[in-house]
Amino acid sequence: MTQANELTITEARDALIAGKLSATELTQSCLDAMAKAGELNAFITETPELALERAAQSDARIAKGESRGALEGIPVAVKDLFCTKGVLTTAASHILDGFVPEYESTVTENLRNAGTVMTGKTNLDEFAMGSANVTSYYGPVKNPWKLDDGKDRVPGGSSGGSAAAVAAHLSLAAIGTDTGGSIRQPASFCGIVGMKPTYGRCSRWGTVAFASSLDQAGPMTKTVRDAAIVLQGMAGHDKKDSTSAPVDLPDFAAAITGDIRGMKIGIPKEYRIDGSPAEIDAIWRKGTDMFRDAGAEIVDITLPHTKYALPTYYIVAPAEASSNLARYDGVRYGLRVDGDSLDEMYENTRAEGFGDEVKRRVLIGAYVLSAGYYDAYYVKAQKVRSRIAEDFKKAFAQVDVILTPTAPSTAFAIGEKMDDPIAMYMNDVFTVPASMAGLPCLSVPGGLGDDGLPLGLHLISKPFDEETLFRAGDVLEKQANFTAIPAGWGAGQ
Amino acid sequence: MSLDTDTVRKIAVLARIKIDDEKLSPLASELNNIIGWVEQLSEVDTDGISPMTSVAEMTMPVRADVITDGDCEDRVLANAPQKVAPYFTVPRVVE
Repeated sequence: MTQANELTITEARDALIAGKLSATELTQSCLDAMAKAGELNAFITETPELALERAAQSDARIAKGESRGALEGIPVAVKDLFCTKGVLTTAASHILDGFVPEYESTVTENLRNAGTVMTGKTNLDEFAMGSANVTSYYGPVKNPWKLDDGKDRVPGGSSGGSAAAVAAHLSLAAIGTDTGGSIRQPASFCGIVGMKPTYGRCSRWGTVAFASSLDQAGPMTKTVRDAAIVLQGMAGHDKKDSTSAPVDLPDFAAAITGDIRGMKIGIPKEYRIDGSPAEIDAIWRKGTDMFRDAGAEIVDITLPHTKYALPTYYIVAPAEASSNLARYDGVRYGLRVDGDSLDEMYENTRAEGFGDEVKRRVLIGAYVLSAGYYDAYYVKAQKVRSRIAEDFKKAFAQVDVILTPTAPSTAFAIGEKMDDPIAMYMNDVFTVPASMAGLPCLSVPGGLGDDGLPLGLHLISKPFDEETLFRAGDVLEKQANFTAIPAGWGAGQ
Repeated sequence: MSLDTDTVRKIAVLARIKIDDEKLSPLASELNNIIGWVEQLSEVDTDGISPMTSVAEMTMPVRADVITDGDCEDRVLANAPQKVAPYFTVPRVVE
């Protein structure tokens, strides 16, 4: 029999409405699964008492006929980058030791108002800087997918804990943040659905900032429909974030009609990269065939500046990070390491509080913004960024959705690519370009690679056209019929 | 353009991160690899292109400049590693 924690949100909602399941039972089922899954290290902080309290409130509302809708009583794991009032928030960094926010991020507040039950704060790469969840001060997360070689795989990153939690059925859904691929790439590695909305769709208020012109929160779920339901609960205009878009929210799930006949799907030739494994081309071709079979029209397109997106990202994101992370000074919150002067205290605190990858990016950022280099690096990168955005604009004059692979490989072993930052950065080669243009994207499990580990297919649509993305993603999901599960983490386990 | 150890020392001061002397040289070569790699952007023709300043094409909203919050020193100071209420404390700056 399927246990409650293995349900999709849609299934759980129906069971809750029918009175076959209580929010407390559903939450307890997730908490039990979490208790057995300590080895994954998916959570930095578990909040079982808070979860049961909120589940009881959901049950009371449902009993009174005051359900808040599709998300009432649904357990959601929260990336530990969202500030949560009264609950430790670390960004997986030593420098935020003991930080308990006095306020709640808009996204988690919205989800709470929608009736969700937060089960805990999930592990991530330190300050969301990474693609393998190996830079966390709290240790790496293990991917629930395993092979016979006995090596643990990375879950991807930076939202690795959130992805692992959903893949191992520790939560019905999770939320993550995506700066250059941090929702979509772990979704691909863990065989789940991950969605990055249009920049401005979800408020960034109360989310620990990494690169403010790129950061965007989004859902990580078992199905495309569930992603639409969770996004509905997270998104919306927020006066507290001046980059939050003042646009109305459509009914995302209602856009899922199962019919994409005549939809134009663009295949960008620049995403075929030299030395890419054959399995990546294969999954991409499979995705193309599935769309064609469903009645879509396949259109070859060109995005000429694709190869420059990643180097552009590694100027823009570190520049913004070095400025955002200036706030960690040992004065107002978190870690403080004493020094004889104020400057020495700052330098000691930041030397001990930041990990190597964070230091690397802060230093690169400080360099590209420093006097004499600003025009050569930062301004140049922002100009290239304009060209990348222009490429997409031209492409979307021809097509409705762009299809690419999500990641250039399946999940690799923990410890690999650690001594070569650029090899690690290449993980995001397919996800970064759309991030540079602020576009909505969705990763859907497409199948298994040669090694038997999951591979995602990546869809990109026009700004604020998440509806087309969900409609196309749902059709792809049904065609792919991805039913594989990580051994030991589901089907009654 | 390449970073020598003196440049790394300078940007570490700008970034207020203490770097031990023996780490400067390996760090310089790591950062040089990354900077060398991003320099491929010089190939891109950006003549007449404006730098992107806003991801979403929208006008920055304005609001009235009025106080909407306050009287919450306790909450502001709640996470301070060192404080003498109602102040944050830092090492002596003025002798």
